[in-house]
Amino acid sequence: MRSDAVRRLATLRELGTAVLLVAVVAAALSKNHQFLDVKNLNSILLWIPLLVVVGMGQMLVILTRGIDVSVGSTMGVAGIVVGMMFRDHPGLNIYLGAALGFVIGAILGAINGGLIAWAKIPPIIVTLGTLSAYRGLAFIVCKGEQIDSNNIPEGLTNWALLGPVTIEGVTISWLIVWAAGAAILTAYFLRSTRTGRDVYAIGSHPEAARLRGIPVSKVTFLVYSICGALAGLAGVLYASRYGFVNPGTAGQGFELTVIAAVVIGGTNVLGGSGTVIGVLLGCLLLGTINVALAVLGIDAAFQTLVYGLVILIALTIDSYLQRLMGRLAVGT
Amino acid sequence: MRKLLSRTEVVPAILLVLAFVAGSLQSKYFLDARYLLDSSTLYVETGLLAIGMTFVIVSGNIDLSVASMTALVACVTARLMGSGWSIPAGCAGGLVLGLLLGGFNGFLVAKVRLPSFVVTLATMAVYRGIAQVLLGSESAKLPPSFVGLDMMHLPGHVPVPLVILLVVAIVLGVVLQRTLFGRWVYSLGTNEDASFYAGLPTVKVKISVFALSGLLAALAALLMNSRLGVARFDDARGLELDAITAVVLGGASIFGGKGTMLGTMLALFLVAVLRIGMGVANVKAEYQLAVIGTLLVVAVLAGNLATRLSAKR
Repeated sequence: MRSDAVRRLATLRELGTAVLLVAVVAAALSKNHQFLDVKNLNSILLWIPLLVVVGMGQMLVILTRGIDVSVGSTMGVAGIVVGMMFRDHPGLNIYLGAALGFVIGAILGAINGGLIAWAKIPPIIVTLGTLSAYRGLAFIVCKGEQIDSNNIPEGLTNWALLGPVTIEGVTISWLIVWAAGAAILTAYFLRSTRTGRDVYAIGSHPEAARLRGIPVSKVTFLVYSICGALAGLAGVLYASRYGFVNPGTAGQGFELTVIAAVVIGGTNVLGGSGTVIGVLLGCLLLGTINVALAVLGIDAAFQTLVYGLVILIALTIDSYLQRLMGRLAVGT
Repeated sequence: MRKLLSRTEVVPAILLVLAFVAGSLQSKYFLDARYLLDSSTLYVETGLLAIGMTFVIVSGNIDLSVASMTALVACVTARLMGSGWSIPAGCAGGLVLGLLLGGFNGFLVAKVRLPSFVVTLATMAVYRGIAQVLLGSESAKLPPSFVGLDMMHLPGHVPVPLVILLVVAIVLGVVLQRTLFGRWVYSLGTNEDASFYAGLPTVKVKISVFALSGLLAALAALLMNSRLGVARFDDARGLELDAITAVVLGGASIFGGKGTMLGTMLALFLVAVLRIGMGVANVKAEYQLAVIGTLLVVAVLAGNLATRLSAKR
């Protein structure tokens, strides 16, 4: 009975995000009838993939009642190191580059995970510290030098420009394929593997999860490692999307956008509930808002404000739903 | 002696001495008292944020929005004074705004019952965002008569902002450690449920703690405006890291219920000496950030280990 109500509420929450998405599109269309043209659709589709890739990891972390604010800096380190490899070893296979980014991210994520899972330091403190530490690391490894566009192989930048499918001028780029891959694997992990179910259990009730024999520390460690790995991969995708990597700006402030996308997509910051579909909707919503702001001629200065407000609104709705759910559970 | 050594302030005190020794080995200019005192004005704002943060962390919460509140109040007061408000009126307006911004955080944490780290992560963006919308990439000038408080000295070359910081620290240190309200803050951080059932006004205490953090952020904004002479939306960026590091390094438990004002102040001077030392040694800003970030994690790690060891015994 109770799980029924929970499931219904989760669907309701995703529906809410979808309705909001439609509302934003409608508002943009009413101001500018050309809003859904090829150019804008392409820029939305170009903007979303990085968000989805990092968002999947961030969702896993938030599901366990954690948070990772270091993802932007992890992107920076991975992007810089892989960029340097491309610069110093021209002809390096681009898939090898992507794998390297993934591994670097996994290592940085594992450091976060180790400190959180075994040293028992609160996630916000660990990742706030590594947010600065990893950003400094990005500067140290490249000695403050930017990786320029002529150092990024053409095959890599083509991931953002070309794709397997083009419908009426709208390109489904290889970046989208990467993002879809990350989303599908995460969905499979969460729905169909034992560890994936453990992730939900830990977020719902960490103490009960421990008493039930779930290896809470190991799963927590794994979740932060995956989050870092995906952020590392996103660092390489960043190089593909923008064609250069700057140690100061690559991924800087991205954590805020990602957290906004994840929580507006219905992932509860109190842990234990959230779905891949919801996060995808959240990413789509944020991407659309982002392009809509530009199309509607709203100053880019509003961006930070909008992300912050999105998080606040999502939090308030979730808190309300949570209480409603509590009441339902008591009622039955 | 044993009691003295087991106090939480011992670690930052020892580190502070070490940092002084290391700094003076780095550069002969470092131990120049006038230079140190002049440089101290750069860290008064961080210090005010750290004092508010001590209350917040002892109560078992965290406030990531402090630097954004400072920036927003700085921009708003600069605008108010620019549009004809008198200096006292502008200052009062800024302080009230800080109180409201902090109070709003407190409301969301205490009443809507959301975790403080997400609430203040969101308002960190919202407050900074409002400042950005308000000023854009402009910088707002402050009236000349308001500028230059950091250049005023008491006898002995003690800068006025440093005196303000010390007075605030002493007064609020007494409030935290010697008043009923202070005991409530510790109690809340030790066990919130128990505090509630013991009849403590937990909601009011929580809101007050966040409002106090906002008020001190506003005071920091006024001092910063006077020091810089202009306000920009990206002022004070990243100061929350230094403030949190100072509090945690000062022996406060990140889980709440433990921490002293003396510890925070010692650790603040440690962070300041480190920064000044790195500045003298020409260490780049990004590397400095990395050092402070690592210091934060190491400080919490050391605190945790110490607690675990003493629990085993």
